[in-house]
Amino acid sequence: MAGTGGFSVSGYGPERSTMSRLFARDSILRRLDWVILLCALALSVIGSALVYSATRNRTELVGDDPYAFVIKHVINVGIGLGLMAGTIWLGHRTLRTAVPILYGISVFLVLLVLTPLGATINGAHAWLVIAGFSLQPSEFVKITIILGMAMLLAARVDAGDREHPDHRTVVQALGLAAVPIMIVLLMPDLGSVMVMVMIILGVLLASGASNRWVFGLLGAGALGGVAIWQLGVLDDYQIARFAAFANPALDPAGVGYNTNQARIAIGSGGLTGTGLTKGSQTTGQFVPEQQTDFVFTVAGEELGFVGAGAILLLLGVVLWRACRIARETTELYGTIVAAGIIAWFAFQAFENIGMTLGIMPVAGLPLPFVSYGGSSMFAVWVAVGLLQSIKVERPLSA
Amino acid sequence: MTNIPETGRTPRVQVRLVIIQILVVSLLLTLGGRLWYLQVRNGSEYAEEASGNHVQQVVQPAVRGSILDARGVPIADNQTRLVVSASRTDLMKMKDDGKSVLDKLAGVLAMSPKDVADKVRLCDSKTPQPCWNGSPYQPIPITDEATPKQALQIRERSEDFPGITAEPTAVRRYGAPGKSNTAQVLGYLSPVTDEEINKAKDSDSPYLRSDQVGRSGLERTYDKQLRGKAGVTRYEVDNLGRVIGKAESDRAQPGSNVVTSIDARVQAVSEYWLNDAMKKARDEFDKNTGENYKADAGAVVVMENKTGRIVSMASNPTYDPNAWVGGISGKDYARLTGKKSNYPLLNRAIQGQAAPGSIFKVIPTAAAVNAGYEFNGRYPCPSSYSIGGQVFKNFESQGHGSITLGQALEVSCDTVFYKLSHDQWAKDGGNKPKKNAHDWFYKTAHQFGLGKETGIDLPNEVTGRVPDRKWKKDYWAANKDAWCKQGKKGGEYAERIAYENCLEGMKMRAGDSVNYSIGQGDTLVTPIQMATIYSAIANGGTMYDPTVGKAIISADGKRVEEIAPKSHGKLPMDAALRKDIDGALADVATKGTAAWRFGGWPQDKIPMHAKTGTAEVYGKQTTSWFATYTKDYSIVMTISQGGTGSGASGPAVRKIYDAIYGLDDSGKQDLKKALLPEPQKSLPKIQPDGSIDAPRIKPFKPAKPKAPTEQTELAGPPANVRRD
Repeated sequence: MAGTGGFSVSGYGPERSTMSRLFARDSILRRLDWVILLCALALSVIGSALVYSATRNRTELVGDDPYAFVIKHVINVGIGLGLMAGTIWLGHRTLRTAVPILYGISVFLVLLVLTPLGATINGAHAWLVIAGFSLQPSEFVKITIILGMAMLLAARVDAGDREHPDHRTVVQALGLAAVPIMIVLLMPDLGSVMVMVMIILGVLLASGASNRWVFGLLGAGALGGVAIWQLGVLDDYQIARFAAFANPALDPAGVGYNTNQARIAIGSGGLTGTGLTKGSQTTGQFVPEQQTDFVFTVAGEELGFVGAGAILLLLGVVLWRACRIARETTELYGTIVAAGIIAWFAFQAFENIGMTLGIMPVAGLPLPFVSYGGSSMFAVWVAVGLLQSIKVERPLSA
Repeated sequence: MTNIPETGRTPRVQVRLVIIQILVVSLLLTLGGRLWYLQVRNGSEYAEEASGNHVQQVVQPAVRGSILDARGVPIADNQTRLVVSASRTDLMKMKDDGKSVLDKLAGVLAMSPKDVADKVRLCDSKTPQPCWNGSPYQPIPITDEATPKQALQIRERSEDFPGITAEPTAVRRYGAPGKSNTAQVLGYLSPVTDEEINKAKDSDSPYLRSDQVGRSGLERTYDKQLRGKAGVTRYEVDNLGRVIGKAESDRAQPGSNVVTSIDARVQAVSEYWLNDAMKKARDEFDKNTGENYKADAGAVVVMENKTGRIVSMASNPTYDPNAWVGGISGKDYARLTGKKSNYPLLNRAIQGQAAPGSIFKVIPTAAAVNAGYEFNGRYPCPSSYSIGGQVFKNFESQGHGSITLGQALEVSCDTVFYKLSHDQWAKDGGNKPKKNAHDWFYKTAHQFGLGKETGIDLPNEVTGRVPDRKWKKDYWAANKDAWCKQGKKGGEYAERIAYENCLEGMKMRAGDSVNYSIGQGDTLVTPIQMATIYSAIANGGTMYDPTVGKAIISADGKRVEEIAPKSHGKLPMDAALRKDIDGALADVATKGTAAWRFGGWPQDKIPMHAKTGTAEVYGKQTTSWFATYTKDYSIVMTISQGGTGSGASGPAVRKIYDAIYGLDDSGKQDLKKALLPEPQKSLPKIQPDGSIDAPRIKPFKPAKPKAPTEQTELAGPPANVRRD
């Protein structure tokens, strides 16, 4: 099933020049899901404005240049778009052949985090600092888990051997996912682990694996949660976050501070917000990590219900279109990949926004497309590239 | 395009994809709903919380209003001093938390760096004074005594002194115009305490941390009016307290001015002559105790008869109220409140109480008439009166034959009142009192307002005491244990008294009623009570609440709120009796016990009425009392351990009248020299810019006493006239 070459859309029509392929009636550009692309881009543009507002006077971060962060953010978006284009160019089927290598690299990188090369940033030992660039390998693991599991689960189904993946395949796929998850759990980067578990759930659902596996996974997740709690894998700060979530009045100057200030920021925005850079909570830097994990509070305060609602709506459109792609592609492989991405985006956005609204415990997760942060930005745009590729490479109905 | 055929996927997968889609949508709807709840439904709540988060208030204290005398002369106002302050917010932004700036500042102010650093540190449970107790956003004063040169150094090199300001600031000043001190009437200020802040938090006039609060006198009574309303500038700050913007501000509203009825000139005169009389008394030999009079305390009150307004009120010993300004030093505080201090903070005119002696006699006179005796009846005035072997002597054991009640007042005959009181006591049942005893003499004292506050607008007035049956019982119950322990039959005098008290101290005995009738014994009165009574006799019987405050005038002079005279009752006497007593008191001044002090007084122009009193106090020298009135004014003076009424207080009271009416020693009036021939009616004018139209007054300087050549009659009363 592997493609014949990096540049061909294998099996459909004769090879043409790149330019003509781009502008032909059935060209890639015309078949792209522009709605997803534009919505994701809009989220990143809004994100730039929010990152600017949140960092313009954080002199300890940006020094004398109020644009330092927003420029990096825009560059990250640019790189992200480039990665998306590259992903579309290669095509998800090509990538399917490279999955073992990509998976290996990503597991290697997360392992590196546990070595002295790893760095702790904001309480999470989830970073690699190499030559001045910090990298969060767990973001890429999310992609390779999706691709790896999809490859295993879809192999025999797409080959027409079976209607649904058999138990053995499911076990293999779970094993493949478990290795990096265990490593990430050791960091411990709990937020990423939760996202990965949701990804597995989405992948298993879409793969058509037996219901037993789905419910089994849910049960195992619950048991795992209890086990994590009991075994003391968590750091104190993580336990404190959960405690603060359960009781927000607890220690408002300490662990409850983030959530409390975040809620004040969002609540005070009202219907239309204070206007960009006019929010007192944001200007006064009352919300920690506001350009990254708590970026949604800037939207809440300065853009109000209208602006924050628009972010939800844009995310909704992206996810809705992604669901359509998952349903309409011809191969189970594409369906699984799309479903994994949907589970990832949906849960991560829900957890991120939910914690700022006080309905989810605090976990260090960025808001897709919006939050400042290179690794996350690159990962979500690669994911958009994968969605586009799945859409583009589905046969025309003609 | 349909979902199923060409994908070749099973319905199971299709269904699950739909489930995923539904899950995704419901998650987003959850977020949207929560967002709506926080922002739209509860938004205003959070907006409030956000503003509480980031707004800090800096307070500009309101300028405290002035206290003016009746003509507008400021007796308490504000002085501009150069105050050097440090802004903690600015200092904390510096790398060394402002240490180098403060050290430099200490050099300029000639203070030690440690003192300066201590002043700007914040108080907490571990930090002892000195430290800053106020808001950290408030500029912290380092000194209020900077010289103009120091201030200029700081202001000209402001780049060297970031966060330091040197600004003229209003500080309280008690200017003592015309040498009037008025200390106890004015009171003083001291910083507000945490407790007071908490208590007043929800009231309509909450305190600020920087507030000074009136602790006594007028400063306390009229604190709310004088204080004004502080201005507040609200700054927006970030999470580290750094100022990032300025929000709306309220301007300070200066406090109102309190116009008093005090005349600073009369006040100065009163203080001078009170002090002079006490000094002179200390030169007098007291033959009862065999040493000079101690004259340890005294008070004088000058009151307007028709309004109850206080023209002057002096208490001695006194002090300089400026000692409190800018925080009192420990040494000063000990000097003012220590055991050896003789308590100069006390206002003896309202807080000093003593037996009234014979100035009390107007009360038993009224009581007797109300009990049915004829004012002009004849009553024997023997040289002594004895009850069951106990002899009660007349003053200096003189007899006057059979006289009227008026004459009894005039010559201050004790035995007349002994008998009247004793008869009434017997009528009420004697040692076995009737159930509904009349108790005329005690009832009348209560009706005169004794035993309770006059209601003067000064804090902590004391009540005095009417030693009636109820008091006797209560007093006995409170003291019987001590008495019964100490008492010894046939022991020393004190022990015998205690023994007697232990047995029957709860009873009103014959001797008690006899002593009481002439203002001796357990009766206690304050000078302000007696002034209220005598001015009521003068004005036709209305007892006014004495007032020092006359009007509250806003800082710009636009709002004037007069404090109207208020009465707390009528004297228990009809017009005829009042006239009789009035006449008798005039006789006291012309031919009675006070006559020798009023030689040459223009009685036809300015009718003088007087009553002298000399109260005996067990174990102490006698208390001098002198109560007087003219048509417009009453003056009551007392000197503790000072001798007789007319002897010690008489000359001083006359001197005060002389100054008020512009009389010379021979009684000739010069209206140009008269300070206040009639009570001041009009209020001083205050201009919209806050300036006050007030006359300038010169410091009071007493005229040099002339050699008493032609006034030999002033050297002493006629030999047959009592000198108490």
